[in-house]
Amino acid sequence: MSKNENTITTEESTDADPKTTDEKLISTEVTTGTETGRTAAGGRTIIEARNVDVYYDDLRALDDVSLQIPEGQVTAMIGPSGCGKSTFLRCINRMNDLVDAARVEGDLLLKNKNVYDDDVDPVALRRRVGMVFQEPNPFPKSIYDNVAYGRRIQGLDGDMDEAVEQALRRAALWDEVKDQLDKSGLDLSGGQQQRLCIARAIAVDPEVVLMDEPASALDPIATSKIEDLIDELAEEYTVVIVTHNMQQAARISDKTAVFLTGGELIEFGDTEKIFENPEHQRVEDYITGKFG
Amino acid sequence: MSNEADEFNLSGDRGFLDFRESIYHVVFLACAAISVLTTIGIILSLAGPAFGIFQSGFFQDVSLGEFLLTTDFSPKISPVQFGVLPLVFGTLLVTVGAAAIALPFGLLTAIYLSEYAGERRRAVLKPMLEVLAGVPTVVYGYFALVYVTPFLDAIPGIDLGTFNALSAALVMGIMIIPMVSSISEDAMSAVPDSLRNASYGLGSTKFDVSTGVVVPAAASGIASSFILAISRAVGETMIVVVAAGTTDRFPGGPGEVLTAFFKSTQTMTSAMVQLGTSDLAGGTTAYRALFAIGLVLFVLTLGLNLLSDVLVRRYEEDYD
Repeated sequence: MSKNENTITTEESTDADPKTTDEKLISTEVTTGTETGRTAAGGRTIIEARNVDVYYDDLRALDDVSLQIPEGQVTAMIGPSGCGKSTFLRCINRMNDLVDAARVEGDLLLKNKNVYDDDVDPVALRRRVGMVFQEPNPFPKSIYDNVAYGRRIQGLDGDMDEAVEQALRRAALWDEVKDQLDKSGLDLSGGQQQRLCIARAIAVDPEVVLMDEPASALDPIATSKIEDLIDELAEEYTVVIVTHNMQQAARISDKTAVFLTGGELIEFGDTEKIFENPEHQRVEDYITGKFG
Repeated sequence: MSNEADEFNLSGDRGFLDFRESIYHVVFLACAAISVLTTIGIILSLAGPAFGIFQSGFFQDVSLGEFLLTTDFSPKISPVQFGVLPLVFGTLLVTVGAAAIALPFGLLTAIYLSEYAGERRRAVLKPMLEVLAGVPTVVYGYFALVYVTPFLDAIPGIDLGTFNALSAALVMGIMIIPMVSSISEDAMSAVPDSLRNASYGLGSTKFDVSTGVVVPAAASGIASSFILAISRAVGETMIVVVAAGTTDRFPGGPGEVLTAFFKSTQTMTSAMVQLGTSDLAGGTTAYRALFAIGLVLFVLTLGLNLLSDVLVRRYEEDYD
């Protein structure tokens, strides 16, 4: 363990955020720094939806949604309950495949590859697109095994101790758990559990991290820690977050997509513009609390 | 705001209510007491003739050491000997054989039912499996004797006696598969879907989810299903009486352990049936041996059930 700590310390002395791949090093050089720097950089499109419809049996949950999500930024999906924002999120890593009644139409491209093509293995897709769920759902295993789980099933090489430590550091949990890695993940508090789940998701170095209302089950202090964390994560990953909390979307996201009832995407654009000067009256009504 | 007219009326007939509650209390207590008292009664009725609490008992004729440590059981043919070890060996032999069938097949069946089958197939298959558990054990016994033994005997290299431990163990194993699969499946179904989603979200296959998340999370239920099934095999009587024979057998060396499967082998339960249905007079040592053996059997299954309780408590995980 001590060897690993040394390695990390060295990296930290040269770069505040230890990077694992060259690609990420490059992207960090462009986007490192403040949130405004990130927004100004305006990353390339990493996820593109083209005319996506989703049906649950005969119920239409998404209606002709098209949008482009930029790389290395935080994109928020907001809207009232049942508007399809979570459904859209689950299209990106094909979690909807697990629901028998769900049917997806249209194209959803990840780095220009349609994830609904016949030759796409959803298991391989989910290894590139991590997910954090609404309720913290750590496995009934030790903290260490929770973080190591994804790397183990994916057969990733490398020093497991180091990978676990890095993931926990990036999830801002390391200092709180470093002396109790053998403890069950279920013994942590709700906010710590959710950060453990984030560590678990990023331990496999995905391209994209999807978050489905990750703070809605947490108290305000834990929520604010998660928000700070999301801000930091966006320096290395593309984050797509669903939230029902509009202030949260305004605080943490670079782009915002507003879904309203019927699974329609009403407006998508820079968060600042959506919240200060939306094009659609319905969006303004929703954001100002007149509706929804 | 408050004046007398607005006050709630909270008075009641306290005395009558207390009386009614105490009646309920006694009725429920009495129901709970029946099973506890029966258990105590069984222990006394076994221990009485064994240790001679009320009249002279088995252990006044045969020392505890001779009973527990010698390797011949010959209660009726002289020289009479009362070593329980060959019967314990017979019981363990059949139990291990049955467990070797029931635990893996039961667990894999449970994984199929819980993770792979889907709701409609599970709704059909689970009740069908449970029918297997409802077949009377004497039917299994004759099934082993009349069909399984001749079938196995026909396999080249296997030379089975008419009565043998192998078919009894095999059929008993099949009989307790539903016990393992049903309880294990309940435990796996209780694992919250959020854990499955977490695992799928990390790029797991269905197999990864089943073996890496669901089975470990359901470990306590699975362990207790194993132990209950083993306990059931230890106490199972009819199958061994019909199909396993009545020869007390204790292996002279490790090589004789496996060959014992192919021969007539008596268990504790079948020895008790044999003693109880023969023309023994009530006061004889051979008759009292029945209770001593019953006591060993009782202690063994009680131990297994306690172990199951301990395991469940140790591995119990809190998902809330």
